[in-house]
Amino acid sequence: MKTLVYIDHFKGAVQPSSWEALGVAKKFGSAVAVVFGENANDVAKSAFEHGADEVFVADDSSLKDYLPETYASTLSALASTLNPNLILFPTTARTRELAAMCAVDLNTNVMTDLTGLEANGDSFVATRPIYEAKLFEKVNCVGKPVMATLRGRAFPKPNQETGKSGTITKVDAKGEAKSTVEGYSASESAVNLGDASIIVSGGRGVSNNPSLTPPAGLDEKQAEIWRAQQGFALVTDLAKVLGGAVGASRAAVDAGYIPYSHQVGQTGKVVAPDLYIANGISGAIQHLVGMRNAKVIVAINKDADAPIFKAARYGVVGDLFEIVPALTEAFKKKLGK
Amino acid sequence: MKIIACIKQVPDSEAKVKADGGQISWGDAPLVINPFDEYAVEGALQQKEATNGTVTAICIGPETAKEALKHALAMGADEAILISDPALNNMDTLGAAKVLASAIQKIGADMIIFGRQTLDNGAGVTPAQTARLTGYPMLGLAGNIKVNERSVIVERVLEEGKQILKANLPAVISVVQSIGEPRYPSFMGIRKASKAEIPVWSLSDLGISAPSEMIKRDELMTPPARETVVEMITGESPAEIAEKLADKIIAEKVL
Repeated sequence: MKTLVYIDHFKGAVQPSSWEALGVAKKFGSAVAVVFGENANDVAKSAFEHGADEVFVADDSSLKDYLPETYASTLSALASTLNPNLILFPTTARTRELAAMCAVDLNTNVMTDLTGLEANGDSFVATRPIYEAKLFEKVNCVGKPVMATLRGRAFPKPNQETGKSGTITKVDAKGEAKSTVEGYSASESAVNLGDASIIVSGGRGVSNNPSLTPPAGLDEKQAEIWRAQQGFALVTDLAKVLGGAVGASRAAVDAGYIPYSHQVGQTGKVVAPDLYIANGISGAIQHLVGMRNAKVIVAINKDADAPIFKAARYGVVGDLFEIVPALTEAFKKKLGK
Repeated sequence: MKIIACIKQVPDSEAKVKADGGQISWGDAPLVINPFDEYAVEGALQQKEATNGTVTAICIGPETAKEALKHALAMGADEAILISDPALNNMDTLGAAKVLASAIQKIGADMIIFGRQTLDNGAGVTPAQTARLTGYPMLGLAGNIKVNERSVIVERVLEEGKQILKANLPAVISVVQSIGEPRYPSFMGIRKASKAEIPVWSLSDLGISAPSEMIKRDELMTPPARETVVEMITGESPAEIAEKLADKIIAEKVL
């Protein structure tokens, strides 16, 4: 059984669930990693250490930036040559497009966001959440090759064998770009909620600290956002000491407290970290569907009747502006940071 | 400019969705326009206003899906078309993309706008598959759209930050919530929508046969119910509460 594994990275920073996909491929037989774009050779080296048997690299200047059309044409051409049984991807913004387009090219289809994948003769049975994870379905793909994107953290990460290497084969870029990258905006920090094992989130409540006096000259809305930013600074401090990512409820995003890329829940990201700490989040159903599969949920809210407590393992009824900094200090002490 | 908004009808987010004898049931919960697609309609209406264009909402689904199209009309779409055919009962994402691509070609458009994914299947691959089939550029996860004559610039919201992409029209765009809060249907809009005659196209109207289903469902499963009993942490001071809570979290071995 031969599996192609697309290693998704941004300027050389690999989406960790790419390695999980390599681990799954190894379970079925040989794992052929595919790396495109800038810094592809460094990523290729890392792919060997994570279990790849061989690596195909396309680092033509036309592939410097990810663009769906050229990446898809290059990957489809490679798949037609190598004729794998299975093509695996981590589930990311890029791979949903890329896998979608390759499926069109190869006249098959892609099963997305899998939480399980088993071989069944020369076919595969995949498990995936539907209806916001209210249900799961088992599906199979009758097209060849079978294509799938794997949900981050749903499969074990393979052990890294430092120094393991192998043969890197260069391939040419294919296809024509249909858009150009005009730039990146550095105004927003990177948020990767899908791969985070710990998420500390803030909601509408983070702006609700009456003891703060905003700087002069702000109107009411600006003062509210200023207050919220002070609140999110506390949330961020706690996330930092735990090595986690910062999430937010839709209410906080809609109010302009924090960029959309932090949003957990319906119309944002669905996450399943080991630890989820919800601060000043009431727990609307649209938020709960996005985080209720976290292993341990902690809720801090001043309203004892907030629905978030029904989903939580631990709850604190209290003022997050007192509890959160105290919790950060307690962890600093206990974790020796 | 001619803009198409692609929408779907799904059970409301609050619906208790269950597996019932191998079928999906949502009881008497209402069917609504896919919440992500409300942003698609909003994005389309913004471009209609910016370019003095028109918006056509299209939807694949049963007769009842006309209600989702009426919502788009009430928000301000100019026309709506339902694509309905019994042969489309078992349709995967690629099948949907094939049907949409032929409808888009029949209607003709400068810009095709999707929501980022649906609430039901949630694959989020149909926009890119439609782009691939039509040969139009794919501009995914746009939080902002600006048209300048025959080109379009979008700001993509990615895991690593924002990426600015430029392409020629026609283009396929999927939007995220940053595009702006979907407007509420106006009273006039609701009246107009309630009277609207929505044409229904079959596969033969599109001149295509039923796409074959590549992904087949073998089984439906209800996830095991999680019985979480919340343990409230109390104490005399924030420091004492924090101390106890930190110990509990450390004992869970999730750090």
